This record gives sequence, structure tokens and C-alpha cells, in this order.
Amino acid sequence: MPGLGTTFGRGGATTALPDLTNADAILIMGSNMAENHPVGFQWVMEAKEHGTKLIHVDPRFSRTSAVSDIWAPLRAGSDLMFLGGLVNYVLNNGKEFREYVVNYTNASLIISEDFKDTEDLDGLFSGWDAERRIYDPQSWAYANCCPQPDGEEHFAHGGHGKESGRLTVPNLTSCEHDDTLQHPRCVYQILKRHFARYTPEMVERACGTPKELFLKIAETFCCASGPEKTGSICYAVGWTQHSNGVQIIRTAAILQLLLGNIGRPGGGIMALRGHASIQGSTDIPTLYDILPGYLPMPRFGFDAHDLSAYLKKHRDKTGWWWNIDKYIVSLLKAYYGEGAIKENDWGYGWLPRVTGDHSHQGYFLDMMDGKIEGLFVMGQNPANAGPHARLERKALARLKWLVVRDLVELETASFWYDSPEIERGELRTQDIATEVFFLPAAGHAEKDGCFTNTQRLVQWHEKAVDPPGDARGEVWFMYHLGRRLKEKAKRDPRRRNAGLNALTWDYTLQGEIQEPSVEEILQEINGRNIAQGSLVKGFTELKADGSTDCGCWIYSGVFPAPDNNVANSRNARDFYGHGWAFSWPADRRVLYNRASARPDGKPWSERKKLVWWDEAQKHWTGLDVPDFNATKPPDYKPANDAEGDAALAGDRPFILHPDGLGWIWVPVGLADGPLPAHYEGWESPVHNPLYPKQQHNPPAMSKERPDNQYANSPDERFPYVFTTYRLTEHHTSGAMSRMLPHLAELQPEFFAEISPELAAERGIENGGWMTIIGIRGIIEARALVTPRIQPLVVDGKKVHQVGLPYHWGYRGLVKGDAANDLLSISEEPNVRIMESKGLLCNVVAGRRAQGRQALEEMDAQIHGGATGAEIRGES
Amino acid sequence: MIRELLTRWPVVWQILNHSDGMHADAMSERTRDLAPKHHGAEVARSVCPYCAVGCGQLVYHKDGNLISIEGDPHSPISRGRLCPKGSDSYELLTHAGRETRVKYRRPYSTKWEYLDLETAMGMIADRVWDSRERTFVEEKNGETLMHTTAIAHLGGATLDNEENYLIKKLFAAGLGMVCISNQARI
Amino acid sequence: MTVSAFLTDATLCIGCKACEVACKEWNHVPADGFNFTGNSYDNTDALGASTWRHVMFLEQPATLGPQITGTEDPFRWLFLSDVCKHCANAGCLEACPTGAIVRTEVGSVYVQPDVCNGCGYCVVSCPFGVVDKNHEVGTAFKCTFCYDRQREGLMPACAKACPTQSIKFGELDELRQRAHERLEELQQRGYSDARIYDPEETSVGGTHAMFVILGQPEAYNFPPAPEVPTVHMKSAWTAALISALVVVLVVCLAFML
Repeated sequence: MPGLGTTFGRGGATTALPDLTNADAILIMGSNMAENHPVGFQWVMEAKEHGTKLIHVDPRFSRTSAVSDIWAPLRAGSDLMFLGGLVNYVLNNGKEFREYVVNYTNASLIISEDFKDTEDLDGLFSGWDAERRIYDPQSWAYANCCPQPDGEEHFAHGGHGKESGRLTVPNLTSCEHDDTLQHPRCVYQILKRHFARYTPEMVERACGTPKELFLKIAETFCCASGPEKTGSICYAVGWTQHSNGVQIIRTAAILQLLLGNIGRPGGGIMALRGHASIQGSTDIPTLYDILPGYLPMPRFGFDAHDLSAYLKKHRDKTGWWWNIDKYIVSLLKAYYGEGAIKENDWGYGWLPRVTGDHSHQGYFLDMMDGKIEGLFVMGQNPANAGPHARLERKALARLKWLVVRDLVELETASFWYDSPEIERGELRTQDIATEVFFLPAAGHAEKDGCFTNTQRLVQWHEKAVDPPGDARGEVWFMYHLGRRLKEKAKRDPRRRNAGLNALTWDYTLQGEIQEPSVEEILQEINGRNIAQGSLVKGFTELKADGSTDCGCWIYSGVFPAPDNNVANSRNARDFYGHGWAFSWPADRRVLYNRASARPDGKPWSERKKLVWWDEAQKHWTGLDVPDFNATKPPDYKPANDAEGDAALAGDRPFILHPDGLGWIWVPVGLADGPLPAHYEGWESPVHNPLYPKQQHNPPAMSKERPDNQYANSPDERFPYVFTTYRLTEHHTSGAMSRMLPHLAELQPEFFAEISPELAAERGIENGGWMTIIGIRGIIEARALVTPRIQPLVVDGKKVHQVGLPYHWGYRGLVKGDAANDLLSISEEPNVRIMESKGLLCNVVAGRRAQGRQALEEMDAQIHGGATGAEIRGES
Repeated sequence: MIRELLTRWPVVWQILNHSDGMHADAMSERTRDLAPKHHGAEVARSVCPYCAVGCGQLVYHKDGNLISIEGDPHSPISRGRLCPKGSDSYELLTHAGRETRVKYRRPYSTKWEYLDLETAMGMIADRVWDSRERTFVEEKNGETLMHTTAIAHLGGATLDNEENYLIKKLFAAGLGMVCISNQARI
Repeated sequence: MTVSAFLTDATLCIGCKACEVACKEWNHVPADGFNFTGNSYDNTDALGASTWRHVMFLEQPATLGPQITGTEDPFRWLFLSDVCKHCANAGCLEACPTGAIVRTEVGSVYVQPDVCNGCGYCVVSCPFGVVDKNHEVGTAFKCTFCYDRQREGLMPACAKACPTQSIKFGELDELRQRAHERLEELQQRGYSDARIYDPEETSVGGTHAMFVILGQPEAYNFPPAPEVPTVHMKSAWTAALISALVVVLVVCLAFML
């Protein structure tokens, strides 16, 4: 989220899938789109058939590579270097879309003279506190445009929510800048110096990608720029699941701003997400650090004292977040109803405060240490798909109680009697105290509700039939659980239960199974005028005076009238699909589309027109809903003391930002720097060729401890690089595919992909067995020997890569070892995502030992570097 | 009866009609009456539960039973198409391994027991209440804390927006749970 | 009714196997065994009684038209969804002794499961090795061309599901025309080894399921010159008759002499 969020203003794909057909070039990287989003890929194929150039860069030659115009290999974990190389190419060859860059980005802004770049400090930015391992971002601010010191400490941090508005100053929109982009401390010049060493030679050295091939790609993609052309980038977890994942995405975002591709047809960044409603579960979050609509959760000691302290930290004086007070108050009214009044700060004091790392990785480590009593798992399967799955399974055994809700008895529900740990004697069923409840869940056709897809489209699914037996949906479960808990709270009026007692929990119950009305919940999410009892039509109607409630401001408009569930509308009337479902915000399909017009409001070109100013009608019009104040003219100039959106000029497309510009330079909002820099992952076959003194992303967290160890970089015991990924035929942990005969038979066994050269070296035969050993786990797989994986020369030495699809586990029609047993629990510094690619392993021919011997085999490799055959006494 | 024999006995009929026995004349009643299995069924408009493309699906059902699931040609995203997983959505909901009863494991037990749903709900509510009671902290150094870090939730990317909304609402705004996470990060 | 056809195009296929699953789901075809073959991503292996669409995966040391890859040696990965050819002159249809196999009004070849007696004559008569017996059920099965769906004007399940429309469904003459246009277009774009597989010049007389492929048909297990076994019927009977006469003559002579 923050990669796109900090650069553009919102953390989500900036465009719609059909829009890919408008691109002149498409770069797919960190993604295997044909395999993992096949139906979305139809738009890419259609684009290709009409002449769009399709480029795929990936460690493996996959089904996406097979149909691309150009495929280039790269070492898993080196994506930032490659992208930095593209930025370097653009800057050195004058390929940027100059007019767009000068007018729509902060490239011309001048940065504080206290700033020092990684090029100056051997891999660190200025402001690094080595003891606490955090950055102070003060020197990253715009020059002479800093907020006054307020006696409080400020450290750089990221997160899923909007960044804290430390940019709130008078006249932010008129900070010092140089439109000729010549000033040595303007963003453009700093960018040039920062990426100066990301040359094609360095790309070849660090990524293993041949220089000529890299240049061919650079030429092909970077020429899709300018008024007449655009290029699109598609990415997925090949970019996100790294210790510098956010910065990888940032590099791509910078590239797209330089090329002038954001907000334009056939441009943008298509963030390809991987679950039916993972976009929804970020927007209306079951996440630890945000509230619905990307409002930050109150953080103890930071913004938590009272609502006015919260607003002081988060309310930007300029830009759209000026309205944050309306959104937080409306949310609190939705949560606490009549109980939330001005006098009690609208119930702000009843929200829990965040104090540390409450993410999946954070609390699983706490769970391992016995600090978590109970866990709910709904539609997720950490036992074989979580990072460091072995540790996660053992952690489950430390719980007092566990509630698992799913369609099948998946690995997470069975760990206590059927798991590798039981087989190996690491856990004994009779010694596990965990009380386990398994509740069968309803499937998507058995309940009403809506999903939000990867392009921010909120689509309703209708209930067709009742769920079987005792299976229920989560709305039913949460409602009736809440009802019981509210009954207990009613008898217990202590402060701790104030929120629970005030919680509005009154949905109409329907049918024999007493299912709450899902439409009523969506209406609450949409928002209402409380006194009138009417639904609001959009977030512009929300108020900060307690007269409106709204469960998620960015979804406001999805249910604007009692008989109009826009998420359930099915009449697409144009290319972008208006009339079919609801695209947040306000049904805009291509975000930042003001940028598809020139500063004067006319389209950049006829070929690439999207949204433009209609001088006669005095409003913005076009092929999409304008992502802009509809009546603000292109030549609007704000008054000096203007607030909110009125403080942004008519040619500032990135309206969530306080200065309305696309942020090539991110002065605030990220923990690891205003610009991306190449670092190696937690385990790497080489030293960082760019910054030998700074191997890893400085503020990234390894969470290293005895049960979460790391190999060295490089490490003789683990000379090969592995990467984990999905296949078309299966889905995530396999609970929705390995249990189904028609999918299970397509890919029945866990296999590992290796090159013929590596196979020959290790005596592994195609179709035979191989064992993969990492410092944290040992797994066996069938061997698929193929030229689609090839060794690369990295920093002068040959590096082999091993491909591991991660779908298998110990339950289901087809079973196999879990690839994620090899991952570590680590956290990228902004969103705490784990690193699942580019780690190290060794491979040996043959199956692994069974039972406890498997651990001995692993230990032997860790401590002695012996081969599997030697351990088993076979050689 | 002889008349019926003469008209319906294929060999007689074929001789009389000079046919080669390879076309409609050789079709059985079953073949002649063939119709798609969702003929006359109701259809619910749905969305695929697998990846995030959000392909439109048509769910055919009759008398409370699912018949088949296929793509929705009107979707401007998917245009009626589905990948192998989306195409297998009917099997996802009807395969033999699907659980329909509540299962319960006592501490230290080696086996599952069946439990009725209402009892299970009551027990779970008790567990939540007890754990929260033991671990809730209202304030620290005079500042509001209002949280418990000892109860956690995992999941959300496969759930509906309304479900995620209630989970966050009850667990965080109601109970003060902060350890809430799902597959999403970025 | 018009004659339906499939045009399956390898240059558009992404090897996703939606066709295999959509077919099995619609037709209630059971799983075919959980067997890892080690043959690229193809664990389905071949068409059979319980597999009516089969996606092939060909890893070849050749270039794919103008594609640029970072492999050391030329390399390409081709995918193609195989299916019953619904031949204009169908070996299975001609061999079937019970009338179980019929030509429908949409030109497809349909095995009636309620009529089939499991004799297996069709299995050995198919020049493509498509139709096969299900040994548990005891009768022969193959692609039905979704005859039940077509009767209500619906397209076959596989064609509907195919994400990239590699499988096109339509009227035979129209698709034949499109195949030739596609071939020309591909050759212009640099796919010099593109060809159409539709054996019109053999006794099969052309198939209602045509393919656009790259390279030789043999690579896809397609016989380059398939023949309907009954093409030899006239000569076989004539030879048999002559042999019989000769034998009778010889026997008569033997008695006379």
C-alpha cells in the first residue's frame, strides 16, 4: 500500500484491467499474470494482438514469459536494481515526459540542505539512528518548508494508513522549487545522482540479466511515453514479499511518474492482488494499524491522547485529508451510535491503542512465547502457508484456545494430531493443551455480500442457496458472537466495556438461521444522515459534527438509496464498465485522471484522451468520472490561506497529497527513505554490490532469534537461491484446490523446478525426488528439470535458482511438504510483510528422511554441510 | 402393439426410411430430449471467490440445490470467462470433503467430537470473555490504552467486506483487540 | 442447424487448463487419477474416457516467431488444448455396431451413453486416439461437443471458459475462413512455422475441431495423414471376396483332380 500510497496518494491499483488494452507497452514484473490472473490476462493478450509490446522480467520462464514479446531472467531479490536501472536509463537518455514531470510531480521541489543521500553515506540516508534502528526524517523535508519544531519526537514510519501530516505548513503549495530542474538540490537532480550507479553494467552484475537484453527492455518500455504513448506496469507479490518490498514498488512508481504514465489511459500501475477481496480487507481492514478508509489506528503515545491530538497529527491543512475529521467522526458514529457524543470525543477513547507489532508475524512470535491466549482464524491457513510454517504450527500449540472457520478441515485445524511436528515427535498430541473449535463456513454462493477486486471494484454476490448443515457465513458468526458478548457487557458497566456497550449491533435477522441483513451492513458502510435516516450519496456529504455516520468513507456512494445497491448493478454501459458495480472512490475507474489532461485542461493528445475540461459547461468531463473536483477550472489558483482541496490549484492531479503533486520524492510516510535504494535480502548469495557496507534495508526487521535463524550472505552450506510462487491450477495454501478432485489432478504433487545444469551437478533426475534444505526447514519435492530455470552470473559467480510452488500441505486429496517451511519470519519496515523470495537453500537428490531423522538431516546440513546421502549413510 | 413395434423398432424404422443408422434416426429418447442441466433453473449473479480479478459468475440453482456455476458474459472484467479454479467453483461448494458440522477438540484430547452450533457459540463467547478479562488493560501511565494483546484474529482476504467490517467493529472497537491481521500487506 | 466447429489456437493459449476443468464440471466427468508425470506441466497425459480436453505443454529448443528470450539457447514453451476432432468422416461413427454413435444436427459426433454396449470397436477405429472406454462404467466416452448446451444455443463449456479465447466456437465455414486469415497474419508477424491442422485432404475429410499450431503436427501427437479405417473397406472386401473365390476354386480343383 504505501509504495503507491505515498507516491500517488492512495494505496491501490491506479487503473482498471480493461485499460491495459490502451497501453503501447506493458511491463509485467514481480508477477506471473498469465498463471495467477488468467482471466485478467485476457486484456494483456488482446493488447498484444493489437501491437502492444509485452515484456516479462522474472527469475523463471513461466506461462507469462511463454507468450511475451521479451522475457528477461533476473535473480530473485534484485528487482529494485533492475527498476533503478530503468530510472537511470530514462534520466540519462532524456526519456522523461518533461512537461508532465515539471507540472505534475515534485521533481522541481528543492530539498533541505541537511539531506544526505545513500551515495554520500555509503548506503544510509541522513537521519539514521543506529541504536534504535530508525530514521529521523527531518532532513528529508522540502527546503524552508518544514513545520515548526513542536518539541515532539519524529521518526520515519510507514504503515497502511495515510502518512502523518508532518507536511502541514502554511503555504505548502508554494514551497521553493525550480521548474528548470537544474538546482543541485531539486528532487530531479538528487534523483539523478542517487540512481547514477544503476547502470546497465550494474544491472547485469547484480541481477544476472544480460546488458543488451536489459537495454532492449529499457528502450521498448521507456519509449512508450509522451503525449501520444503510454505504458503500463503490472506487479504482484514478486515485488511485495521482500524486506524492501515497498521501495521496489516505489521505484516503479517513480519510473511511471517520470514517463508521465499515471492517470492516463494505458498507463498506471496495476497492482495485482491475490485473493477475492484482499483489496476489501485492506480498505475495510482486518489489519492491525488502520481503521476503515485508511484512517490510522490510534497509537499509544503518538496521537492517542484525545481526538484533537489525533487530528493534529493527521489532518493535513491542504489536500483532501483536510476532511479527515469528517471521516473519523462519522466512523465513530457508525461504531458507537447514540453513545458517541461530542462530550465523550465521539467515543474516540473507547478505541484500542496500538503499542507495538500486532501483525501476523509479530503476534505469532508472541504466540510462540506463550503470550497469546486465543486465536480466531477465518479463511486463512497459516499452518502451511504462513512464513516459517514450522514455527507457526508450533506456536498454535501454545494457544489456550483456537477457533478455525473454513469450508474444509485444513492444516491449521489439524495441527494437533496431523502435522510434520507430530510425525517428527516435536509435538505430542496428548501434551497439546489447545482447545480447538472448528466451525464449518458458508461458501460464496451461500451468502450475500460483496468482494472488492484488484481494481477497487466492489462487486456484490447474491445468495443462491442456504449453507449446508451447521455451516454459516462470517456475518452470522460475528453477529451472534457479538450479541452474546454484548449481553455479558450489559451486566458489566466498567470502563473497559464502554465501547462494547455502545456498539451499534442491530441488524434485521432473517430466515430460519437468523441471518443478519447484509445489505443493512453495506448501508452502514455507505453512510447515513442520522436524523433523517437517509443514505448519503457520497463522502462529500459527511460531516464532523456527529450528524452523519459512515463505516468506510472511501466506499461512500456504494449504496446511495434504499433500493440502489450499486455494488449489485450489472449494466456496464461503457469501456470502463460504469454501470457495473462500484469502483471506489466515487466510481472512478482510472485514478488521478486529471493528469490525462494538460495543465490547461485539454487532453495531452486525441489518442490518449480520458478526462478534460469542458469550457462551455464549466466542468470536467470525459470517458471516466473525474478524479478531481468536477467544477474546479484548470487555471484555478488558491488563495494563500485556503484549506483542504481549495488549497490545491487546478493543475494538481494528486489530490490526496497536501501539495497535489505526484511524489517522486517522499518526504514523509515511509520508514526506509525518501527514495528507493538497492539492498540485498535477508539471505543473499552476494554482498551488496552497490553499498558493501550496508547489506540489508537498514530499518527492516529480521526478528532473528534461536527459532528464527538466518543463513549468512553468502553461505557455503546454502549456495542456491530459492523463490516461492503460485501455479494456475492451485490457490494459496491449497485448501480451496487440493481438496477438489478436478484441480488436484492437474498438479497432484509438490515439485521443485531446477535447471538441467543444477540437476546434473546434484545427481537429480527429472521426475525423481529431491530434498531442499534451508536453515529453518527441510522439505522434499518431485524434481522438474527444465531449461525454464537457468543459472545466472551474479557479481561474477554462477548462481543457481530453485523454484518452489507453495500450495502443498499435509491435508487434502493430494498432499506434500510445505514450501513455506523454509521461509523466515521477517518484517519489511513499513507494512511488516515477510520475505518469501530470494532466500538460500541447498538441494540433494532423493527423499528426505522420515520422522525425527528429518530434523537430524537438517541439522547436519546446518552444522556440518554434509550431503543428504552422507547423512543417510548412502554414500 | 405391433404398430408400435413397427414404428419404434429402430431396424424397421431405418429400413422404411432408407437411413444409415448414424443420424437422428439412431437417437434414443434420452438423446432426443437432451437439454442442459440448468434448464429452467434460477440464476444468482455472483463473483468468483478465488483470485482478485473478480470474474462474474452465474450460479444456477433449483429448489435450494446448486446445479452449476459458470461465467457471467455481462461482466466487463471477465466477459464470461473463468480460469480452472473459477471453473471449479461448483465442486468447491459440493465436494465430499466439505465440512458441515461443528467439531470440537478438548484440551489434550486425541480426537474430535461433534458439537452443536449453539453450544459452541456459547463456549467461544466464554473463552473470549475470560481471556479478555484476564488481559485487558484500560490505561497506562494515565493514558488510555483500552486494549488486550492476548486475543488475536487472522483472516479477511477471502471474506466479504461486510464480514471484515463486523470483525473489525466487534473485535477492535468493541473488545479492544489489536492483534488483527490478514493476508494483506501491501 | 448450422455445423458447429472449434478453432483452437496455440498462439493464444496460456496453458491454464480452464477448458479441462470447465468440461469436467459441466459433464460430471470424474478425476482421472493423481499422477505426477514429470512431463512439463502436463499431468493429464492424454485424452481418454475421463479427459475430454487435454492441454499439452511443449518445451522446445526453437524460437517463437519474433520473441526475444534471455535463454542461452533458443527456447519456447507452447500450449495447446486437444479435443475430439469431430471428423467429417469419423472412424468411431463408422465402426460403431449398435448405433450408439450418431452425427447430430450440429455436425458433431455424439456417443449415446444409454445405447453404448462397451464393445470398444470405436476405440481402435479413431485415428487420433480420442474415444476410450471407461472400465468402471463399461461404456465409451469422449467429448460431446456440449450437445446439450448447443441445443439451447449455448456455447460449449470449454470455449466459454477459455480466458484468452484460444478456443473459438462458431460456424464451420466461418472458422475455417478465420483460420486462414489467422495463418496469414501470424506468418506476417514472423511466426514462419505456423500452420493449420485440419486434414481435409485425407479420408477423414477435415475435422470440425481445427487447430492453429506452430511446427510439425507430430509434436502435438497429431497424425500428419490420418485415415478413417473404413477407407480401406472397399479394397478390403474386394480382396476378401477375391481370396474367397480363389480358395473355393482351389478347393474345387483339388477335388476334381
